[in-house]
Amino acid sequence: MLDAIIQGILLGGYYAILAAGLSLMLGVTRFLNLAHGDLAVLAAYLIIYLVATWHMPILWAIVLMLPVMGLLGWALQAFLFARTMKGGFLLPLLTTFGLGAVIQNGIYGVFSSDVKSLGNFIGNLAWASWKLPGHISVGKLPVYIFVASVVVLVSLQLLLSFTKLGRAMRATTLDEEAAELSGIDARRIQRATVAIAMVLAGLAGAALAMRSLINPYTGPTQLIFAFEAVVIGGIGSLWGTLAGGIVLGIAQSLGAKISPQLFQLFGHLVFLAVLWWRLKGSGSLGLGNLLRSLKGQSIKGESA
Amino acid sequence: MNGSGFTFDRWTPAGLRTVWTAAVLLAAFATAPLFLPATMVEKLTTLWIYILLAVVWNLLAGFAGLVSVGQQAFFGLSAYLTLRLVEWGLNPWLALVAAAFIAGAIAIPISLYALKLKGGEFAIATWVIAEVVRICVMFDPLVQGDTGNSLIALNAYAPDFRRDVTYWLGLVAMAGFLVLTFRVLRSKTGSAAQAVRDDEEAALSVGVSVMQTKRIIFVLAAFGTALAGSIWLASAITFLPRTNFGVQWTVFMLFMVLVGGLRTFEGPILGAVIFFVLQETFSSYGVWYLFGLGFIAIVFALALPDGLWGLIRKKRGGDLLPMGTLLRQVSVEKEAA
Repeated sequence: MLDAIIQGILLGGYYAILAAGLSLMLGVTRFLNLAHGDLAVLAAYLIIYLVATWHMPILWAIVLMLPVMGLLGWALQAFLFARTMKGGFLLPLLTTFGLGAVIQNGIYGVFSSDVKSLGNFIGNLAWASWKLPGHISVGKLPVYIFVASVVVLVSLQLLLSFTKLGRAMRATTLDEEAAELSGIDARRIQRATVAIAMVLAGLAGAALAMRSLINPYTGPTQLIFAFEAVVIGGIGSLWGTLAGGIVLGIAQSLGAKISPQLFQLFGHLVFLAVLWWRLKGSGSLGLGNLLRSLKGQSIKGESA
Repeated sequence: MNGSGFTFDRWTPAGLRTVWTAAVLLAAFATAPLFLPATMVEKLTTLWIYILLAVVWNLLAGFAGLVSVGQQAFFGLSAYLTLRLVEWGLNPWLALVAAAFIAGAIAIPISLYALKLKGGEFAIATWVIAEVVRICVMFDPLVQGDTGNSLIALNAYAPDFRRDVTYWLGLVAMAGFLVLTFRVLRSKTGSAAQAVRDDEEAALSVGVSVMQTKRIIFVLAAFGTALAGSIWLASAITFLPRTNFGVQWTVFMLFMVLVGGLRTFEGPILGAVIFFVLQETFSSYGVWYLFGLGFIAIVFALALPDGLWGLIRKKRGGDLLPMGTLLRQVSVEKEAA
């Protein structure tokens, strides 16, 4: 039981990295990127390719891949997403959904449908663990990934709080038109945001490939998990993605403890329950705002 | 209406011509199993399923703005329910139809939940619901987890009879839903749905009952998708949870509707025919074919968001069927006379 909860918390770190990028895009560009999980898997495949075929050290491969993902994000926003954003929320959804199909089947076509993993290339890190009292063993890799997620979120927080770019991103999130009136080039900020989101997706992809097996169609499930983490944690809250990821991770690993099929089901049910709870309430958004409201801060209710 | 000096017209001569042409075409297709080879009959059955799927998804996502990524929930559910009902001893043909009705009824409680969500949340929540339904269905020993099951009860009938009845079932379901969708879109509910899509609060302020309207469309679309799922099971016989509940069905619906023309009545039919032809010609290319489908969908979203029918409509200056109301001012002399 305690074992499952610790595993779940650590799993939440991975979800937080994936969900932070999705959440950032939701906030600044105001659309849901349905290909987010597929882009993470794409990055994972490219890293595996560099490591397996070019015998590149794994850390080098990841460091090389992150700027590539950033450039890809910039280009996607500039040439694809920005053009569909004019037509309401429908076209971006459909476009990113189509992009997902392109990425999945493109990966399949190039790399075949075999399951792949970085687990073979990280030596004993794949299974090394610390022994805790009470016969609990904690894998080193999940702990490192969790630490990485905290580092990522702290960096993002610093970026948003103290840099000019971060300020512009927050301004664009709050009110795009007002931001433009104050001299912010919102379209540039949106491109930068998607670039950052793709770097995060690349990082999440690397983490995913290290801790589990992937195949070309792994992406959609990861997108669902990321979105669940975002909603559970509260849309628009950076640290909420970690809280949401942890809650999702715990639900899943508790489910998996009962039966393997329950891994996904428990996570889905928690997500649907949180959404339901939110709808029944005064429109408060998920756990993040719930915690805030418990602290006594007022929340602007959404008109239902 | 003469008092106000206006007359309304809901039909145009061109629209009536379309209806008659469609009726003749449907009658001709109804007799097709009598003279077409068996493989053609099977292929046309698939086409009816595609048209049905495209038309109901367009009703849901295009006209009502409810972009669901989880319609496979109903597509798979009716196939599963058919197997369940047959297992309980129902005649397989009855089970196919009853399952679609039950799946449509299950959409009502789901709508109570899902319709409160909007945009991206609605899209993901419907997807998650579809996953939950799939996982629950896989717990039934009848489905045997990933292995699935088959509607072997249909094998009791002669292959020719089975094929032809499935074909007619598909044709009737498709034609029925074309008529139903057309009537709904021309009704108050259709106008209300589009008003809700464009601005929910504005629609509310002019007295549209938002939830009621959304629910009618959602349940109707679910029922149509479930019917398609039943007919698919009747022609494919096998039920594989990950295939029947696969998100690729939504990819197909999206492709057909985007290419044919979102928010048009004729577009999805055109899109389904194009998809059917592409499937017949290129599906042997496997993943690169699916890659191409996604790519074409993106190109259409970027360059031709109104789809091919949007282009045709511009060229010929109107739709084949009148969706709106033609308002004519009665000339002064006529009114005096």
